[in-house]
Formats: sequence, structure tokens, C-alpha cells
Amino acid sequence: MEIRFNILRTNRTVKAQYMQSIIYTIEDENATVATALSLMNETAGLKDVDGNAVTPIVWECSCLQKKCGACAMVINDHPALACSVRLRELKKPEVTLKPLMKFPVVEDLMVDRTILFENLREMKIWLKNEARTEPVDYDMAYEGSRCLQCGCCLEVCPNFCPEGKFFGMASFVPTARLISEMKKEQREEIYKEYRKHIYEGCGKSLACRKVCPAGIDIEGLLVNSNAMAIWKRGKRKLTE
Amino acid sequence: MKRVNIIGAGLAGLSAAITLAEQGFACNLISLQNSERAQSVLAEGGINAALDFIDGGKDLPAEHYKDTMSGGCDLADPEAVRGLTCDAPEIVRGLAVLGVPFHMKDGKLVLRSFGGQKNKRTAYAKSSTGKVIVHALVDLVRKYESEGLVRRYPHHEFVRLLLSQNKGKAACDGVRIIDRHTGKMYDCSGVVVLATGGMNGLFPGMTTGTTSNSGDVTATVFAQGVYLSNLEMIQYHPTTIGISGKRLLVTEAARGEGGRLCVKRNGRWWYFMEEIYPELKNLMPRDVVSREMYNVVRRPDCEDQVYLDMTDLSDEIWKTKLPDMRKELIDYLGIDPKREMIPVEPGIHYFMAGIDVDIYHRTNVDKLYAAGECTSQYHGANRLGGNSMLGAIRGGNMAAKHIMKDTDWAKYIYAERMKEQENGKDISGKESAGEKRIIPKIDWEENIIEVTENNNDNETYLNAASPAFIKEEGQILLEGLGIIRSEGVMQEAYDKLAKLEKKADCCRENSRVMLGKAMLLSALFRKESRGAHFREDYPERKNEYKKMTLARLSEGQVLIQLKE
Repeated sequence: MEIRFNILRTNRTVKAQYMQSIIYTIEDENATVATALSLMNETAGLKDVDGNAVTPIVWECSCLQKKCGACAMVINDHPALACSVRLRELKKPEVTLKPLMKFPVVEDLMVDRTILFENLREMKIWLKNEARTEPVDYDMAYEGSRCLQCGCCLEVCPNFCPEGKFFGMASFVPTARLISEMKKEQREEIYKEYRKHIYEGCGKSLACRKVCPAGIDIEGLLVNSNAMAIWKRGKRKLTE
Repeated sequence: MKRVNIIGAGLAGLSAAITLAEQGFACNLISLQNSERAQSVLAEGGINAALDFIDGGKDLPAEHYKDTMSGGCDLADPEAVRGLTCDAPEIVRGLAVLGVPFHMKDGKLVLRSFGGQKNKRTAYAKSSTGKVIVHALVDLVRKYESEGLVRRYPHHEFVRLLLSQNKGKAACDGVRIIDRHTGKMYDCSGVVVLATGGMNGLFPGMTTGTTSNSGDVTATVFAQGVYLSNLEMIQYHPTTIGISGKRLLVTEAARGEGGRLCVKRNGRWWYFMEEIYPELKNLMPRDVVSREMYNVVRRPDCEDQVYLDMTDLSDEIWKTKLPDMRKELIDYLGIDPKREMIPVEPGIHYFMAGIDVDIYHRTNVDKLYAAGECTSQYHGANRLGGNSMLGAIRGGNMAAKHIMKDTDWAKYIYAERMKEQENGKDISGKESAGEKRIIPKIDWEENIIEVTENNNDNETYLNAASPAFIKEEGQILLEGLGIIRSEGVMQEAYDKLAKLEKKADCCRENSRVMLGKAMLLSALFRKESRGAHFREDYPERKNEYKKMTLARLSEGQVLIQLKE
């Protein structure tokens, strides 16, 4: 397959951004964007369409099977994991790669996602005491343990901005685990954090649901959390 | 009070940090990426512990010990394995208390069958057990971060150990790290724990692991004089599938829940494991299964592809026990395992090989500890499924405990705390303990100093090995260290590596070649077959080799001996 890659690159020292286009041929018919980035970086003497040398493209990766969230980037205007987008499934043989836009860019496709982890600290996302041996809802505890902290959901969220007090679904999903596993009398504080940083800011566009690479049932988690933290009703079973 | 430096934030690193923080000791948790990206999140099937069964039956740590030792072909340190298996029930129950959503029924853990074990012993959460355990530990570490006991340094990479000589013995004074976002280098003084994972990067694209476990740390510390052991022992997992850029693991739980291996013989399906091993069938230890798969596809009456048949599994199992695995297979292969058989092959999955440690997880260098897959502890010649996360958590825990016990600045405080605990005082920091946790008011000694003086680390340690070089070495090692080995093949690989060595033009490339050589020399040294190391020229197991090989570097030469 011959594919044209348009990559938004950022120079580390001067922070200047420029678009670089590379035409590259890949034999592997199962190749993903991640495979292509690795292969291009392994190719000695790679040139872009203007004949300029291509310096190694900086990006993050780790598991290459959609389980770690390292390689999140904007692929043809949609946030996704580079290891999940197969080149043969592209509508046309061209793909545009940009770094996630809601985080500061370090270099090329690598961003600084520190804010994700700071927000979780700010919300005090940890169990203060032992978990209930049987969570309120097993599926809620399980789904709430699955967030990759990749940041894709924040990219499409109309309500999230890094400076705001709405922290988005990357902070919500781990919160849902706590809500499910904390003993009832100890939940007040986490309910307060939930109201302040999640409930009050979420416009329920649920754009996040479609892009979540882990396919987390965000809507189900929200419905349950609202029932417990806001309406103080029991939970609804998450499973269909 | 000083800070302990932990390199690596997967399960072993997290466990070490938690053990220290529980007792009020502080650490820097340094990792190239956040814990969410660690290889531990890929662990699928579960974690072993001898626990009571749902139906009232009982398993014993002694049984777990026996299976772990014999699965590892009696090569692991018996004392270490005894500790591992005795601590296992408490570790798994502790995880449940932290809210790990293990599969439970009537308040009891449900256990599944895993390879090489007669009893059901593996606690699990569908097939994402590693992910949910890491998640719970990350939450706990976050609490200690807020107390100032854990300082995280994500996007910081290990550069090298800071070593000195003390009475003729090497000692570790700290570690040099580099911030990959800013390019600044720092020296962190104090005890160091290496929890840097397996050496996947030596076999690029050929393992089930992550790309961030490059093997560079192990290679660098080996070049700096740290002893390695068990280097010939590399686990080939029976059921893996080649996907773009790596091998995809099909969890052993697939067979634990009833999956069967088969091959077409004379036009008919042959469930060979069930015929050859009527007792454990498809759940023999991984080395045995991989070898049988290697053999059957070479028989003249068999076709050359082994399949995993899960088409008889019940809807209930697909729904509650393996839903994520099914989704992954449909996604990556376009095959629904509920309806069709899956073509599988053995692939490199785990390194029983690594940094040599004693039962307290001390290395040969003073004040340097290691835990997790980067060490050669617990698994001997073949690791049992379900023991890797257990080994990582227990390893981090042991290393931290012995730092508190051994180190001058820590041992008196630690002894005091142990006494308090014996007297029934709960210092765990739980609010239910009735009193608020008091963090000792200590002026934390600043132990991280930016490296500003001119130094040549930029040239010597930081230049990455070139992808072409890494690939070539990986290919050579794969040829030499296959499932079935022999003198000629290994010697040929060694000669190729010696040629490649001449092309090495940076420190990391040199260290990687040395490590590769040490692996091949360890394999050549072991003139017998045991566990993952099977030699067609020496097919028998020999008592004189019932010890791990030890590799060290002396004046540029790799030396191999049996460990005393």
C-alpha cells in the first residue's frame, strides 16, 4: 500500500509547528498507523514529498494492542490510538496525524498529559478505607478500573478545557470505581468531588463514548453515579 | 530521612513504593511512562494463591510451592518460592481489600484453572486482571503522593547507576536519570530498586510484551558490573498470534476455561495434548505445550498449523469470563473464537532470565535491589501462568522491606514501627484506625540534583541503539535461542553476534551485544535440557546442572558459571 502521511510536527526547542508530508509504501496489509510510524523511523534516508530529509518522528507507544493508551493522537481529525487504526481501512490512501490538542506538545506527536494525573490527585481519587468486599455493582467497579488515561475523551469533549474545573471522563471513570466500592457512610466526600468536577460541568454530549478506545460504558457509569451521588437513589444494574 | 529511588512504575515498582509508604518511608517513583502504560496492564489470566475453594475444598501454599518448583524444573531458589507461595494468599486478599474487582461469589474469590497446577488457584477479573490490579495500586499510590511520601517522576528515563567502591565491593550511591520532556539530567542519591521489566527489546516485534521494556536498563547495569542469572531461560507462550508490530497473546485462561489445542492429522482433528498428557492435558506447563506444538507441526502426518479450539465453551463463559479476549480476537483477526478455531503459535512471552538477586532481592552491588520480571527470581526454568504478577508484587514488597531493615538511616525507625505494630497500634493510615495518620515531620533531604557540570553521558549513555542494529541482533538471538536448541545453531548465532559487535558504535549497542552474548553463552554452558531450555544434542535433564547459571562481565569478557 502506498500511503501519504501528513504529520504535524513540532520542533522541541523552538516549538515551531509545520506540516510534513511523506509518501511511504507498506507491505504488511494489517499495518496500523503505529506500525507505519515505527517503520518510517527505521527507514534510513527517508525523504518527504519536497525532498527534505525526515528526522525521526517523536511519538509514544508501549503495548501496541490498545491496552495502554500511550499512542493516542489525532488521526484524520479523530482522536484514536495509533495501534488501532488500520491503514487498509482508510477511505483514501492518505492520513493526517496531529498531536492531541488539549495538552501541551512536547515534540511532534508526543504531548504532556500531566494534567490528567494532577486532576485525579485534586479529586482525591483513592480509597480511604477498605473496599466493600462486594461492590455495589460488580460491572461498575470493573468498568471503573479500565480507563487507559489516554486523553481521547477530552479531545472531543465540548466542555473540557485544561484550566477549567470540569475534569472530564478521564477523571470520572476512576471516580465511578470508588463510588461503587466505598462503604455508604464514607461516600459524601467523593460525591462532593463528583458534583464539582464532573456532574456540574458535563453537558451530556457523550461524544466521549464513541471515541473511548477501551469502549468503557461511560453512559452506564454516569447514570449509576448520578443515581447515587445526585438523586440519592439506588443504582441501576449496568449490564444490559 | 532519605528517599529510595525506584526505577519502573509497573506492579513491582508500585508494590515497593506502597510497602515503603505504608511505614512512612519516602521514595521517588521514576518511570519513562505512567503506570497505565506498564506491561503489567497486559497481564490477563490472573494471579495465583492457595485459597479456599467456593465448594469448601482447600488448597495449601505447600501445594502451590510444589507446583511452582516442579513447573520451574527445580531451578528456582526453594526458600524464595516458599516465601512467595506462603505470602500469596495475603497478597491476593490484600488486593481484594483495595477494591480489585476479582470475580467473587458469596463473598469468596472464584478461582480458575491454570497450566501446571492441579488445583484451581488463579484469582481473576475476566481477562483483564493486570489492568484492574494496576488501577487499584495506582489509586493507593496517589494517596501516598498526596502525603508527600511518593514523588512520581514520569517521563524520566534511567541513564546509569552511580557506583562507588566500598572495601573492595561495588556499592550503589544513586542513579542518573534524564527527563525526556526537557532533556535535563538529574542525579538521585540513595538506595536504588530496579523494577524495569523483561528484556522484550532484545527481540523487537517478536514478543507479547511492550515496546518500552527495551532491555536497555538490564544491558547497561550488566555492563556496569551487576550480575545476571538464568539468562538462557526465555519463556515461549504456546498460544500467540502474529499481529502488526508484535505478537498477540491468547491468555492461558482460554485453556483454563476449556480451550483445546488441535492439529489436522491425516485429514482429521487430533487433540494431541489430551492424548499425550491425559492428566493435565492442555494445561501442562508452558514449556511442555510449546515443545509439543513445535513437534506436531513437524510430523509428516500432520499439517503445519496448530489451532486453539474454543467452540465448545458455554455462553456463560464467553459472557462472564472471557468477553474481552473474544472482542480482541474478533478485532485483530476477524475471527470469532466462539464459532471458529484460532490459529496459534508459540511466541516469546516472559523472561525468567534477569538480574541476579538473593531471597531479599539484593543484587551483588551494595544498596542496589531489583524486583519483578527484570530479575531471575521465583520462576526457575519455566514460569507458571498466574505467578508473574504475584512475583512482581511480592518482589517489590520484599525489596522495600529489606531496604527498611538493612539501610542505616532506616533500620532504627523501622524497628520502632514494627514494635508499635506488634503492640497493636494501627499505623496503616486508614481513617477507621481512629486516629489520623501522622507523617513523621522530617525535613526531607533533597536527593535530586540537576546535573549541570559538563559530562559525557550525552554521548556515552544516551545515544539510542539504531533500529536496524536492534533488529539484526534480535534476529540472531531468535535463531540461537529457539524452542529447540543445539550447540551448532547457538555457536553460529554467537559468531554472528561477534561480527555484529564490530558494527556497534555507541554504548547502548555495545551493552546490548554483551547481554546477547551472555544469553547465548549461558545457553551453550547448560549442556542439558530443562524447562524452557531444550537441547536436541543433550535431551536429558542432569543433576549436575540443578543450579542457575550466573553471568558477569570482567574486563570486557562475559564469564558464565553455575551459581553457588
